[in-house]
Amino acid sequence: MEKTLKMIQSVSSSCTKIDAADVMVSVDKKDLHKVCEALYKDGWDYLINLTAVDNVENIEIVYHISKSSDMEKFMVLKTNTTDVENPIIETVSDIWKSANLYEREAYDFFGVRFLNHPDMRRLFLRPDWVGYPLRKNYDNTPNEGIPSKVHDMDACEDVPSITLDRHGEIVENHTKLFGRNEYVVNFGPQHPSTHGVLHLRVSLEGETIKKIDPNFGYIHRGIEKMMESMTYPQMLFLTERLDYLCGSMNRHALCMCVEKAMGLEIPKRAEYIRTIFDELNRIASHLIGWACMCNDMGSITAFIYGMRDREKIMDIFQETAGGRLMTNYYVIGGVAQDIHPNFVNRVKEFIPYLRKMIKEYHTLFTGNPIARGRMINCGLLKKEDAIALGMSGPNGRASGWHCDVRKIAPYAAYSEVDFKEILHDGGDTIDRYMIRLEEIEESLKIIEQLIDKIPEGDFRAKVPAIVKVPAGEYYQRVENARGDFGVYLKSTGDKSPYRIKFRSPSMVAVSGLDPICRDTKIADLIMIGGSLDYVIPCIDR
Amino acid sequence: MLEVGGILSWIHEALSSSCPEWLTLLIEYVLIGVGFLALYALIALILILLERKVCAYYQCRLGPMRAGFWGLLQPFADMIKILMKEIIPLLKNDKFLFFTALFLVIIGSLCTFGALQFSKDLVGIDFNVGVFYVLAISSLGVLGILLAGWSSNNKYTMIGAMRAGAQLVSYELSSGLSLLTIVILGGTMQLSGLIEAQSETWFLFQTPFTWIAMVIYLIAGHAETNRGPFDLPEAESELTAGYHIEYSGITFGLFYVGEYVNMFTIAGIGTMVFLGGWQPFHINAEWAAGFNGVMDMIPTWLWFFAKAFGLVMLSLWVRWSFPRLRIDQLLHLEWKILMPISLLNMLLMALWVTVLVPLFA
Repeated sequence: MEKTLKMIQSVSSSCTKIDAADVMVSVDKKDLHKVCEALYKDGWDYLINLTAVDNVENIEIVYHISKSSDMEKFMVLKTNTTDVENPIIETVSDIWKSANLYEREAYDFFGVRFLNHPDMRRLFLRPDWVGYPLRKNYDNTPNEGIPSKVHDMDACEDVPSITLDRHGEIVENHTKLFGRNEYVVNFGPQHPSTHGVLHLRVSLEGETIKKIDPNFGYIHRGIEKMMESMTYPQMLFLTERLDYLCGSMNRHALCMCVEKAMGLEIPKRAEYIRTIFDELNRIASHLIGWACMCNDMGSITAFIYGMRDREKIMDIFQETAGGRLMTNYYVIGGVAQDIHPNFVNRVKEFIPYLRKMIKEYHTLFTGNPIARGRMINCGLLKKEDAIALGMSGPNGRASGWHCDVRKIAPYAAYSEVDFKEILHDGGDTIDRYMIRLEEIEESLKIIEQLIDKIPEGDFRAKVPAIVKVPAGEYYQRVENARGDFGVYLKSTGDKSPYRIKFRSPSMVAVSGLDPICRDTKIADLIMIGGSLDYVIPCIDR
Repeated sequence: MLEVGGILSWIHEALSSSCPEWLTLLIEYVLIGVGFLALYALIALILILLERKVCAYYQCRLGPMRAGFWGLLQPFADMIKILMKEIIPLLKNDKFLFFTALFLVIIGSLCTFGALQFSKDLVGIDFNVGVFYVLAISSLGVLGILLAGWSSNNKYTMIGAMRAGAQLVSYELSSGLSLLTIVILGGTMQLSGLIEAQSETWFLFQTPFTWIAMVIYLIAGHAETNRGPFDLPEAESELTAGYHIEYSGITFGLFYVGEYVNMFTIAGIGTMVFLGGWQPFHINAEWAAGFNGVMDMIPTWLWFFAKAFGLVMLSLWVRWSFPRLRIDQLLHLEWKILMPISLLNMLLMALWVTVLVPLFA
């Protein structure tokens, strides 16, 4: 890490190291692009997350960067601008493709405009929205900032961007998203196969897809803003509403983030229970992912099979936690209550049952010539593209990218179990399809190893009545069913966070739709969408 | 004794003894028309329930259970519901074509249905060019679907209609060629003549080429009814409902009914040309006379419906197990695989009939 720091310092004299423990580097905004380029050349090719923070006196952009070849390496890069009225920062989207959507999000919520970014439209809010909601001075009294004129989202084709002209002056450019004669079809926001309220504008030539423009924000709830006025125990409930199919894992991320910040020691029993719950949740999520993908390809029977088996997991959850889809089970310091006496037995019954059923899935769907004919060599995602887009999780592993956070930075009880990280190297749809079914089997293995060894003892550590996180910045990664889920938490030592941001693996997956689906057919778009397995509420936080 | 022919001739005698000839004919035409419409609707209702129940059992579910015993009244409840629904008018579309399309689909479906021969005596239409008539009139449906998609003024229906046009026109070739293969074997285009030729042995067991023709016919026929894995024109997960998105209430209901009865019609034609229609199963040997006698005791209409529903079940099985094809794979299957095989099969059948059979006879 020292080498990297020296390298950065050689590029930029303004660079300062902030924190000794984490590698946290601050860079002047005029050197940002240079530093990022140097970092990228040094192998830091995976931009995990990009967050904007409003510090009132300045606006800070925080980059979380890692190396795709060695994901244990992790650094935080910061830059800021004191021009709060009209903040402009150079884009890094030409270096890391994944920055494209993150920067649009930062513009949408903080008003930070990115120089040379090709597409400075708002990401979630309507183009005529007044103000930037996550700024601390945003006036959120009702009826203020609500758009006055009705704006047709479908017809919004104006793409603004800002660049520097020859004299170093900032100029605003406007381009059109689609040409005049393009046949543009709206997929969504109400469509059976968009897995939520996603709106895709698809430019077609016959059946062939020429361009896809995803449109988010139809169900945005402002969870990050809401959390800024909530206490930590209250916040937990909202994490499960992000990606509802892997609610436990999201909640795990926030719990761990707060626990680490507070230096809490978690009882072994709680860690084991959390790991088992996480894996059950992963199985449930992958089952739905599999089922929905089969449904997208027209095989409704497979869909019902997947839902049927997932129901058994929901029953197990219900018995212990009370909740089914949203278990509301993890709390800061452990779990809310002890496991149900039946829990161990029911899980043990479930493992052989599901193994049998997975064989059935393969007979019903994987071996089907029509299914294979459609999936093989369709929707190719190369490893470089997966890394550039930041597409971690099962989608990245299907392209051969070793990116499982459970292996890279083991948390909870993952360091104590023996499991394989499934890697495929094809990167086509059948690899993404197979990887989910194979991961279910690995998850079963993990549960099998842990279920008999749940240690006796407390299920919850002693936690102060009012949870206060010491001032500082924290980032916690977990591997949820869709990939690298992260929580960025900035605290000022208060009982609610100053800024919280979630890294959504689903957003990354949707940003990959356009490059993957070009020149495929409509039917392929639906199938590839199913294989990427995104969940929209995770994007529309 | 269980045949319906007795009842029919009794009605005819009763009418002609009391009415002049023209009136008898008129009343009989009306009665037959009403009878066909009733049978058409009844078969649609049975098929809707059958499909829902069968698919439920494939998927480890129960299907409709609430309306009536074992959900038997469900299709009637559905029918009443759909009749009472509002027909939502569209603002900017070609209304004349929009409703014409609907009638083209339903007329095509009903006229093809009329050519089925349900039993020895229960025959609606029996031309000397029956097969030709069936092929011609069933194409009306394609026109209706294309018009429906076009006149709805919607991008999704347009894509659905274009897919339907490409699909149905292509697959009609294969199904037509396999029917013609049988015409060569039977030596007639009259449907009753084809059935008569199977009184000893069904066509299926007469030559090996009939098997090939039947498999191709069933695949192509399945594709013509727009059902999975060939349900591209209305691919639910892609085009939401394809060409009939904009139809509501009973206008949608007629599409729905037409589609179900088409499935039965395809199975019925398959039964007539490959499985002997209403002919009982006979073993053509001395020792099997007793067996044949037992088979003859089963009424002919039961034979027909049993065989036709057997083929319908086969189609349901395929429908609920296979994922959907993509449009290019669909056309590839037809033009590069099924059509060459059908053509070759027809040639071989012609050789069989003209060269091999006279040689050994």
